[in-house]
Amino acid sequence: MSTVTVPAPRAGRAARPTGSSTDNSRLLAWTTVNTVIIVVSIVPVLWLLSLSFKTPASIPDSHFIPRHWTLENYRGIFGTSLFTRALLNSIGIALISTFLAVLLASMAAYAVARLRFPGKTVLVGFALLISVFPQISLVNPLFNLWRELGLFDTWPGLIIPYLTFGLPLGIYTLSAFFREIPWDLEKAAQVDGATPYQAFVKVIAPLAAPGMVTTAILVFIQCWNDFVFAISLTSTNRSRTVPAAIAFFSGASQFAQPIGSIAAAAVIITIPIILFVLFFQRRIVAGLTSGAVKG
Amino acid sequence: MADIVLDHVTKRFADGQVAVDDVSLDIHDGEFVILVGPSGCGKSTTLNMIAGLEDISEGELRIGGKVVNGLAPKDRDIAMVFQSYALYPHMTVRDNMGFALKLAKLPADQIKTKVDEAARILDLVPYLDRKPANLSGGQRQRVAMGRAIVRDPKAFLMDEPLSNLDAKLRVQTRTEVSRLQNRLGTTMVYVTHDQTEALTLGDRVAVMRSGRVQQFASPEELYDRPKNIFVAGFIGSPAMNFMPVTFEGGRLRTAFGDISPSPAVVSKLAGSADGRSLILGIRPEHFEDAALVTGAEKADGVTFPTTVDVLESLGADKFAYFTFGGEVARHAELEELARDAGAADAAGGGDQVVARLDAASGAREGEKIDLWVDTAKMYIFDPDTGANLAV
Repeated sequence: MSTVTVPAPRAGRAARPTGSSTDNSRLLAWTTVNTVIIVVSIVPVLWLLSLSFKTPASIPDSHFIPRHWTLENYRGIFGTSLFTRALLNSIGIALISTFLAVLLASMAAYAVARLRFPGKTVLVGFALLISVFPQISLVNPLFNLWRELGLFDTWPGLIIPYLTFGLPLGIYTLSAFFREIPWDLEKAAQVDGATPYQAFVKVIAPLAAPGMVTTAILVFIQCWNDFVFAISLTSTNRSRTVPAAIAFFSGASQFAQPIGSIAAAAVIITIPIILFVLFFQRRIVAGLTSGAVKG
Repeated sequence: MADIVLDHVTKRFADGQVAVDDVSLDIHDGEFVILVGPSGCGKSTTLNMIAGLEDISEGELRIGGKVVNGLAPKDRDIAMVFQSYALYPHMTVRDNMGFALKLAKLPADQIKTKVDEAARILDLVPYLDRKPANLSGGQRQRVAMGRAIVRDPKAFLMDEPLSNLDAKLRVQTRTEVSRLQNRLGTTMVYVTHDQTEALTLGDRVAVMRSGRVQQFASPEELYDRPKNIFVAGFIGSPAMNFMPVTFEGGRLRTAFGDISPSPAVVSKLAGSADGRSLILGIRPEHFEDAALVTGAEKADGVTFPTTVDVLESLGADKFAYFTFGGEVARHAELEELARDAGAADAAGGGDQVVARLDAASGAREGEKIDLWVDTAKMYIFDPDTGANLAV
């Protein structure tokens, strides 16, 4: 999802009778910029929504609002195992990858943020290196390797490369969160009789929860949106995810374009992301550590 | 309850920096001991080593007769109050205070009893279900104390627990801490950089500088018989005045006249070369307005004229600032103290002398006055070693 919400200019400013001309021109500039950003982000989404409700015949009719509404496209995609199975694969693979990435990244990030150990900067640099590695260059070697190892066209075959790119992202985001947590809390827990593991689970992890949720969302979106690995490392319904499956959609006849179905599928796979963000929005913006130390 | 013994303890960090250098302290069972010193003197590191939060590089730490060098903090049975309080923000006051007991797997009803009792002692009963974010600074501080006392540990460790409170609350809480320690009778090690806190709270005080204990003694002893120029300058408020003095022909030549030191001091100084430069230390409270000193007492001191530059009237007494002109007594340790107090760059800070006069004194700013100084209560320091030559 690329919908960006920009804070709207405060109305109070415009209403102020003493508003000077510079104030007004600034307000105008901000309003213009905001409007452009919102329009640019929202129009493709609305367009997709519109296409998904059009009948195949009315798709090229150049009306933004459909003349004839139909649910045919949605019925169509849910009627084929190509899409339903792919949806199941997408959900399963993305959730497992996210869970593993957050679990492993939180431990790694904790170590990076809190412990002094030799080779730490190398490790962090390496993580950064991996996260900017061009994914496409891995496709060929992985394709061959996975076929040798029997991982081709399996869930782990996708989960592993997703972890490779999800972990650096997670380690980076989470170590920033862990650094924010006062170290005294951990010392206090240790003096209170906690083992390092208990201190982490009972004190540090609950406080890092907003960070973990943020990381989970980021990693989930990354896995959910992937096309390169999904199209290259799968060959059947067994593990093909939705972005890849959409490429296999076919029209009603050999000559019809499956635009309606593609639009419907795109709308469907956007929904979990929207729900995910809406549901956890409040946790992401959290001041949970307030009050830990002198305030 | 237990005694704590630091036996030649040294802390060396990975980068080779020595934070604590061969510290030996014998803290008795039930004693209230203060570690005091300027920032960076190693007092907090020492405390962290007792808590087990820092490894000990060399030496031995014994709590209750048992060597605990290798024990994790959780196995040492000590409680600690942090400067930042370190309350768990996601837990209520009750859960914060009961956390250690819960980890120790105490039955829930016992935890409740103990937490309720501690809350009663500390006046926290109405706040038990609140989160730390909804408490005032003083309440948070008390929760931090509560978290320590519910456990009934072998010893309490406190790391500048009052430094985040405002001045009035700090004095009030200081009294509470003292009362609490008397009531519980638990060994307590308390770290502060505030010498007033150290003197008022401690049974014994260890003054530290650059990782070394300068003197470990009762507050009275530190005040009356400081071992060296650092302790002398650190203990007491306002700080002791230092000025150059020459020892010549059995007499001390000072900026305000010659003094005949006591026979004991003379015999100590006799060994050193005649005409040697030394440092004289006089506490502000050992000056007095000569007009207010009478009879026999007056003969025990020296009276000299001076001009008051600045006069601060505090109601109960007056602080008169004046200068002798001439040279300034310099010593590396004194400069370190001045730096720590942020006074190093203050104009005229070096050779200014402060006298604490009785409120009845008629001293006025810019006017001449005769001041009397009690020569029996003077300190003579060796400018090379900083040692107090008069003890």
